[in-house]
Amino acid sequence: MHVAQLSLTDFRSYAAVELSLTPGVTAFVGPNGHGKTNLVEALGYVATHASHRVATDAPLVRHGATRAVIRCLVTRDDRQALVELELNPGRANRARINRAPVSRARDALGLLRTVLFAPEDLALVKGDPGERRRFLDDLLVARAPRFAGVRADYERVLKQRNALLRTGAKPRRSERRRDSDAAFTAAGAGDVLGTLDVWDSHLVRHGAELLAARLELVDALRPLVAKAYANLAPASGAAALDYRSTAGELSTGPVDRPVLEERLRTALGEARQAELDRGITLVGPHRDDLVLGLGELPARGYASHGESWSFALALRLAAYDLLRADGGDPVLILDDVFAELDGQRRRRLAEIVAPAEQVLITAAVPDDVPSDLSGSWFDVVDGSVSRVR
Amino acid sequence: MYEGVVQSLIDELGMLPGIGPKSAQRIAFHLLAADPADVKRLAHALLEVKEKVRFCRICGNVAAEDECRICRDQRRDPHVICVVEEPKDVVAIERTREFRGRYHVLGGAISPIDGVGPDDLRIRELMTRLADGQVTELILATDPNLEGEATATYLARLVKPMDLTVTRLASGLPVGGDLEYADEVTLGRAFEGRRLLDV
Ligand SMILES: Nc1ncnc2c1ncn2[C@@H]1O[C@H](COP(=O)(O)OP(=O)(O)O)[C@@H](O)[C@H]1O
Ligand SMILES: [Mg+2]
Ligand SMILES: [Zn+2]
Repeated sequence: MHVAQLSLTDFRSYAAVELSLTPGVTAFVGPNGHGKTNLVEALGYVATHASHRVATDAPLVRHGATRAVIRCLVTRDDRQALVELELNPGRANRARINRAPVSRARDALGLLRTVLFAPEDLALVKGDPGERRRFLDDLLVARAPRFAGVRADYERVLKQRNALLRTGAKPRRSERRRDSDAAFTAAGAGDVLGTLDVWDSHLVRHGAELLAARLELVDALRPLVAKAYANLAPASGAAALDYRSTAGELSTGPVDRPVLEERLRTALGEARQAELDRGITLVGPHRDDLVLGLGELPARGYASHGESWSFALALRLAAYDLLRADGGDPVLILDDVFAELDGQRRRRLAEIVAPAEQVLITAAVPDDVPSDLSGSWFDVVDGSVSRVR
Repeated sequence: MYEGVVQSLIDELGMLPGIGPKSAQRIAFHLLAADPADVKRLAHALLEVKEKVRFCRICGNVAAEDECRICRDQRRDPHVICVVEEPKDVVAIERTREFRGRYHVLGGAISPIDGVGPDDLRIRELMTRLADGQVTELILATDPNLEGEATATYLARLVKPMDLTVTRLASGLPVGGDLEYADEVTLGRAFEGRRLLDV
């Protein structure tokens, strides 16, 4: 697939900009801080409904404006889809597909698929587990948009359950409590935490769904990551992936949902007192990690800067392979990454991405665009974007 | 912050559902600029609704008298109770003409984020209604979203020791939604296809 048109209204530094894009390689070149990443960030947003740089949407709306609009025309085989997203920080986003509104913005996920490489990717290796969980979950959503719902449901259960745990023994909001009724009290309903079991069952159900999907995904990624890493850094040890779950030892690959539910339920039972003491949910996919290994050592804390970069690239390239195998070449976005890499990694990466249907590159200077990646060229200066070739 | 009375009006408006601080401010200044007669009518309507409308002693639905129209209707089946979150859900279900039993309005759903637990809902009243054994089926028609599901699960577990058939509306309702927004046909079908709830 490729993006044929991109237009932004009040997105980041752009009051209004409109670009026609073509398949093949397109480079956006200009001094730092002039608006290159802002352009590709918008495409990443259409694909994932989140920015690769910030956790909230407010910074994405141009200073002084109240909402931003991203429009992009996506071509896949012979079909075209016009995807429009209105970003309303603090409120629900709105979306239209081919000018028809959809009931929830997340119904517009899946029309554009991207794999975005950025300097921030180093955090996949060096950062907190949350970075790696997001990598897995974003990839799940890119492969099957229904996971956006699974993820949202899980997060909602978690929020409710955490709120309940935090309430602990605090007094209730209402004073409606009257003479106690035998049946009611006998069932333990008066107890503040009487509803915890109910939230447990929902946490277990939604959590197992997410967990099962992640375990299958890690299994599918493992050989692809190992291959990509070996290709980028032939001299270094082998790259390995392992999923560390708060539900205990679990093997990756297809796992029966009831088995996972049982594991989660047991782990929750064991963590009960600690959860009550701390007022947060300690068990579930939101506390798991994707452990990256190099040879015998964990990558985090041990890998060199260069090895960390190779690993981060390998994760993205594996995601690219997986999405491509699902059908429909995703759009590759390389935001300022070549500048971060040494000569060998640069060349390898350029070789791998060159055949993709569409590659969008940002770079501060022309020298940072590898010569075998030639194609269209835009200058980005002072927030104005002009085609050079 | 504005001076005393203006700020307290903004604060009061801001407590209403769906109204944030900005909207509250906008409405407050709209009212300040409005014709005094219009504002009087609004104030009157607010007071009147509090004075005249009551909640049914039995089911919690809005009522003009002590008991609502449905609870007083002898033709309605006393063996089946349909549990909903809000009075507006009663209206939505009545529109389908699928249901001939009675209702029980909880007044919301369990939601720890909003500080709403079982004690804040009319669950105690429901248990009292079920105590004499006349009711044989309980239909849990809370909203098809997470909080509605949790409330249904909670109730199903609570009444488990009783000899009751507990059902939940069939799926097919838009998930994550509000019952009141489901169209009549869909809601009617959900009623017909209700399934046993197993907890
Ligand atoms: N919400 C916003 N409103 C206005 N300007 C913004 C906003 N967010 C970022 N910018 C501006 O965009 C510029 C950064 O653009 P970016 O695309 O990251 O640069 P680069 O060309 O280095 O990739 C900065 O000058 C920043 O001030
Ligand atoms: Mg940049
Ligand atoms: Zn009544």
